[in-house]
Amino acid sequence: MHDPAAAAAGAVGIEARFRVDYPDFALDVDLRLPGRGVSALYGHSGSGKTTCLRCLAGLEPAARGRLSVNGQVWLDTQAGIALPTHRRPLGYVFQEASLFPHLTVLRNLQFGLKRVPAAQRRVDLDQAVELLGIGHLLARMPAGLSGGERQRVGIARALLASPRLLLMDEPLASLDVARKQEILPYLERLHDELDIPVVYVSHAPQEVVRLADHLVLLEAGRAIASGPIAQTLARLDLPLAMAEDASVVVSGTVAEFDPAYRLMSVRLPGSASRLRVVHAPLPPGSTARLAVKARDVSVALARPQGSSIVNVIPVRVLDMAPAGNPDHILVRLDADGTLLLARITRYSRDQLGLAPGVPAWAQIKAVSVLA
Amino acid sequence: MHLDSSDFAAIWLTVQLASLTTLLLLVVGTPIAWWLARTRSRLKGPVGAVVALPLVLPPTVLGFYLLVTMGPHGPVGQATQALGLGVLPFTFAGLVVGSVIYSLPFVVQPLQNAFEAIGTRPLEAAATLRASPRDCFFSVVLPLARPGFITAGILGFAHTVGEFGVVLMIGGNIEGRTRVVSVQIYDHVEALEYAQAHWLAGGMVAFSFVVLLLLYTRRRSTPLW
Repeated sequence: MHDPAAAAAGAVGIEARFRVDYPDFALDVDLRLPGRGVSALYGHSGSGKTTCLRCLAGLEPAARGRLSVNGQVWLDTQAGIALPTHRRPLGYVFQEASLFPHLTVLRNLQFGLKRVPAAQRRVDLDQAVELLGIGHLLARMPAGLSGGERQRVGIARALLASPRLLLMDEPLASLDVARKQEILPYLERLHDELDIPVVYVSHAPQEVVRLADHLVLLEAGRAIASGPIAQTLARLDLPLAMAEDASVVVSGTVAEFDPAYRLMSVRLPGSASRLRVVHAPLPPGSTARLAVKARDVSVALARPQGSSIVNVIPVRVLDMAPAGNPDHILVRLDADGTLLLARITRYSRDQLGLAPGVPAWAQIKAVSVLA
Repeated sequence: MHLDSSDFAAIWLTVQLASLTTLLLLVVGTPIAWWLARTRSRLKGPVGAVVALPLVLPPTVLGFYLLVTMGPHGPVGQATQALGLGVLPFTFAGLVVGSVIYSLPFVVQPLQNAFEAIGTRPLEAAATLRASPRDCFFSVVLPLARPGFITAGILGFAHTVGEFGVVLMIGGNIEGRTRVVSVQIYDHVEALEYAQAHWLAGGMVAFSFVVLLLLYTRRRSTPLW
């Protein structure tokens, strides 16, 4: 089928240009987000991330600009196009679930489902119920659910609207740590099992590191950075790297598993280097997502011998920047295309004579497996 | 029982008037209340004030203006005559129109409160789940506002039953057509028929008490409007 609107827009992905002016706040963003995977809108409260998400959903009537989602134009103020929310094939997960209090869980789930023409349904009830583990709740009323249960129902309800774009507004923010841990695996399954692009608003770095493929950094209503998570987290010109627990995300392929030491090897893409981490085995060949904190990485000029540190890989110094702490320096390292950050002292930099282009060894004291 | 046929006619007429008025009020009041609950227009204040006028105006003032506008020389009277409907004062239809205006705030305000209490979030959630505004109104707003509709219906009915001044001004006192219970009581007292007046008045007290009891036990802690 030839869709002229799609042909005109041409691109797969989400192109969003929004301007909203309120007396006390203005949003002005121009974003290009990938048409698959999870894009995180990250920023402090008041940075405009929720407003941006609401613009994507069409919930901010004052928004002007242009929005196309995988070729479909949802908003084009100049052309006089503004699809109302109920005509946009999206799913929206609110911060507080916002289930309909007068309907059972099952009727809540069916609310969106039955409003999608049968031919356009891409997720069925059993699948969503199974994915979020809410089969035992179907007959209950929302008022009787825990916060975590409510949020899972909210996510399932959004999925059952067969969205072509799933919008999530801090779905974990209203939950305590234990409930967060309860939901995160379901979000990861969502990511792995459904091919629906997700825009995820968060102000929690842990969630972003764990879930996002693409990261947009918002500050005072503007996007100050937008790019793949691994590159963006490693950028030295952003406040992210300055944080005390700044980390980068490394994706690699599961190579082998040493059962004697429960040591899993993950091969870095395009490199002979591998990172080894104590972890339950993942299927060989699958993609592992690892997080490495800048403060857990140290730099040596010669390959260290006889160290308790398991992971020592060859790198090249890309560039350096002052860290938030005046005695520290952030060093960006390139391991054959994989970016790492190291937080070292100014003293060490001068002792080692580190400079862009210098070959070195990165010693990584701790690696955590995210997924 | 000391009630005669004219008393029963008055009771039956009152029930008819209050039922029809309540029905019309729910139909007319719902969109007004919805608009008042949702709008950011500058007209919200003035419109809300006009709707609330019957709360404070003496019924004679309301009745006087209704009589003038619906009379043969008033704008409404001219229109109804042009349509071949005659004039409304001293007819049952005239009483219905007067009652709708007189009881309007008692229906609009509980509805408006109910709509405002729902907030925007359920509407937004429904919109993200493909529900058009009309769909959302029937599938989300109506069920969530049901207590408000019940309160509005009860108050509208009870208040219309208790109407006197407006009826007297525009309805007169025509047995079987415009003579409602409150007017009938007035007539009994004028004629010193205290026994019948007692029966009717006592009935009104009992009716009003039961209605209010119903309202207050339904939502004990919440004021009516």
